[in-house]
Amino acid sequence: MSGRADAASVPKTDTESEVVLSCRDLSVEFRMDRGTSRVLNGLDIDIERNEIIGVVGESGSGKSMFASALLDAVVEPGVTSGEITYRPSEGEPVDVLDLSDDRLRQLRWEEISMVFQGALSSFNPTLKLRGHFVETLEAHDYDVEAGLERTRELLSDLYLDPDRVLDSYPHELSGGMKQRALIALSLVLEPEVLVMDEPTAALDLLMQRSIVSLLSDLRDKYDLTMVFITHDLPLVTKLADRIGVLYAFELAEVGSTEEILSDPKHPYTRALLNSTPDIDSPLEEMRPIEGAAPDPVNVPSGCPYHERCPMATEDCATIKPDMEAASATHDVACHHWERVDDEIDLTTEVDR
Amino acid sequence: MSADDPVVSMRDIDVHFQDDGGVNPFADPETVRAVDGVDLDIPENDVVAIVGESGSGKTTLGKAAVGLQQPTGGTVSFRGQDIWTAKKRFSNPSIPYSEIRRSLQIIHQDPGSSLNPHQTVEASLAAPLKKYESELGPEDREARILAMLERVGMTPPHDYAQRYPHQLSGGEKQRVALIRALLMNPDLILADEAVSALDVSLRVEVMDLMLDLQDQFDTSFLFISHDLSNARYLAEHADGRLGVMYLGELVELGDAEEVLRNPQHPYTKVLKWATPSLSPDEGAAEPPVREIDIPDPVDPPSGCRFHTRCPYATEHCKEATPEQHSIGAAAHQASCFRLDDASDYWHSEPLEGASLDADER
Repeated sequence: MSGRADAASVPKTDTESEVVLSCRDLSVEFRMDRGTSRVLNGLDIDIERNEIIGVVGESGSGKSMFASALLDAVVEPGVTSGEITYRPSEGEPVDVLDLSDDRLRQLRWEEISMVFQGALSSFNPTLKLRGHFVETLEAHDYDVEAGLERTRELLSDLYLDPDRVLDSYPHELSGGMKQRALIALSLVLEPEVLVMDEPTAALDLLMQRSIVSLLSDLRDKYDLTMVFITHDLPLVTKLADRIGVLYAFELAEVGSTEEILSDPKHPYTRALLNSTPDIDSPLEEMRPIEGAAPDPVNVPSGCPYHERCPMATEDCATIKPDMEAASATHDVACHHWERVDDEIDLTTEVDR
Repeated sequence: MSADDPVVSMRDIDVHFQDDGGVNPFADPETVRAVDGVDLDIPENDVVAIVGESGSGKTTLGKAAVGLQQPTGGTVSFRGQDIWTAKKRFSNPSIPYSEIRRSLQIIHQDPGSSLNPHQTVEASLAAPLKKYESELGPEDREARILAMLERVGMTPPHDYAQRYPHQLSGGEKQRVALIRALLMNPDLILADEAVSALDVSLRVEVMDLMLDLQDQFDTSFLFISHDLSNARYLAEHADGRLGVMYLGELVELGDAEEVLRNPQHPYTKVLKWATPSLSPDEGAAEPPVREIDIPDPVDPPSGCRFHTRCPYATEHCKEATPEQHSIGAAAHQASCFRLDDASDYWHSEPLEGASLDADER
């Protein structure tokens, strides 16, 4: 236990933490009849090498768009703007949004790969699992023999029996096995970054938690950087080094897992923590968040949370808060973050 | 009907599904034992939460409790009247079947697909009233519906009554489904994963509403969930019970607080481990099971069904089936050999990877 905690903190302390992916003013827009829908609005975030960053948001907060935008994979007619710089461990930095189709195809899977929600629909039902691995290796001109060797190792790392899995059709595997096989498939081309969008959402609790443990082992073994996007705040705290909270298509707060959990500075993060049914926190203290999440066509002016926020002042309705540093690793977009401690109690904290 | 009878009482319920091999007449028939030998009483004004992994039979058990799934063995009775006997013709039941049907209601998991997209909220809610309370005139019916909408916080009710399901949010749809069940003045509502499809911030709100209405209408709830945090929230608030299912068997049942604070069955402990808490100081440890995949329910393991994954399993667990043991004074029961000091379990050889004193987590 303590050994693991040490391992997790190493990338932070040795030399300067190196940024693998940096996003500046990342936005995604859809033009619709009733107006322009901004489903991601000016996101700035740096993802460091070897870290696991969790991105949390409710449905309709733009978290899946963020995942797609990281690989420049937003579907038509969505328009991605801003800048994403990818710095591979060897070679020149790459501007992801400016790549030719060929180069982009190579970047996806070989350098940044992605695991989607719902493994059931990610496999071809008429092809055995071995076929999926061979096809992926061939499409990227990799050595199939060596690739399959790596596949076997990855599958055993994920507690799967390689021979049985490779000779099965997708329907012969359970949901949890398919999801783990998909993680193996996404890692077979030795990417540096793994982006996961709700990778465990359709699975049982026990399987979710097991996959989360396996992911952190994989990170240590293969030196991966992971972006874990989910609505499940309690789950991601068991994995992530840092957590970003999305609200209404913008980042409300980014900080280390510890800071987000025990000392969140954004009123929304506090409300979210207070409303999450938790197995340990005292029962009487759970409170729902008042109001509803905004419509992407009609995001409130100023701070997008001001209509639901108990601390909102007139400034909040007109002036958009900038990201301010609450500590070296903790940024928050709120005019009043310094007063949050006095105004909104964190109920999960009570019994600790 | 006597007042002491539980609303629903299930005795030794089996639900087995048979697959006769489809088009191949020579295939061996396969039997899925979805529920196997479960006893459960649901008294009036009680909340019982059932948790388990997918394929554990929790939904099938729930459906058997409200008379939507005929058990292949055992009896389900409503206030002492066997439900499936009452349904037969010429059985002359003490409670007519239509009354039983009205008293046992269900709320489905996906609120979007349980409402008719072509009907307004009012039309959807009027249908059950027309069937069961035909003496109500149109004005009375409307008044009942509007009052209920207002009660669950959907104001202005006139506006909501005229909306179609696609004009409602997920939480609002689930409220309409809840009203539809409550309009029947039921004695028991089966809420099958009723909050799982909702956003985290809405779950507490809908569960609070259920608790509130449970209190006002004296309805019993059978709440089925795969999420221990939600089950705990509902069951502990209502002072209810928590049951844990594994491969068709109810392995532990007791007062919700007691089961969570002092879990006795190794599987309950595993579920508790798998439920992430919001405390930051606990890292991702290894799963406390020997095998992370659930066995095939078509061919469940012999003896104690958890022995293939249990960190404490021995040869004895493979051969014999554990009895239910009561723990402490509260009605808390679990089926595990470890609760019996005199069991042969303690002298039996541990299975590979297991040990008698595997670390308590």
